[in-house]
Amino acid sequence: MAKKMALIATKGTLDMAYPPFILASTAAALGWEVQIFFTFYGLQLLRKNLKSIKISPLANPAMPMPVPMPVFVQMLPGMESMATMMMKQKMKSKGVASLTELRDLCQEAEVKFVACQMTVDLFDFKKSDFIDGIEYGGAATFMKFAGESDVCLFI
Amino acid sequence: MKFDKEYDASGLACPLPIVKTKKALNDMAPGQVLKVLATDPGSVCDMAAFAEQTGNALLEQGSENSKFVFYLKKA
Repeated sequence: MAKKMALIATKGTLDMAYPPFILASTAAALGWEVQIFFTFYGLQLLRKNLKSIKISPLANPAMPMPVPMPVFVQMLPGMESMATMMMKQKMKSKGVASLTELRDLCQEAEVKFVACQMTVDLFDFKKSDFIDGIEYGGAATFMKFAGESDVCLFI
Repeated sequence: MKFDKEYDASGLACPLPIVKTKKALNDMAPGQVLKVLATDPGSVCDMAAFAEQTGNALLEQGSENSKFVFYLKKA
């Protein structure tokens, strides 16, 4: 019987957006049944347009920088956009798929996207903010599938 | 080796080689052979794992013009 994987996506930055979509698309390619439960900042990954997903150099000591950047420079206006742009360019040059492409591949492979109703309401999201084909549910909905899953990951 | 379809994943990084290989296999009939080219070093282990998990046999793997080559038979 096909394996099952349950993922919770709680983060909305560029670096943390990749793991759920990469894991989900790969597992789906291997024939697994996959569900991703998007909650809190993970809801950003369900937006129609993913251009707003960013990465900040601020307080991110693990982030490789071409030149050492002191913290007071990291917080200057525009640095976040620059870091995001540089990261995206680097990804493109190395053949890494864009977030949109990975998300499309997931949906094509019938990965189920579930949006956490509570945080949708909390952040005043509207259904029209999100892509089509997602379900809405609460923690109990996630628990049901998570309980049956072979792999359950919190991202 | 004879093959029915070729997919070139050169320049693509994980997870694209595997995910796109699966897509290419979807349109093929059982028994047909797919040739996949890749430059991602991680794809060597990935293809073996993919073959084992999905039952699409990895008939042969090697290198051609400094690219990795894989021949998969659709289950």
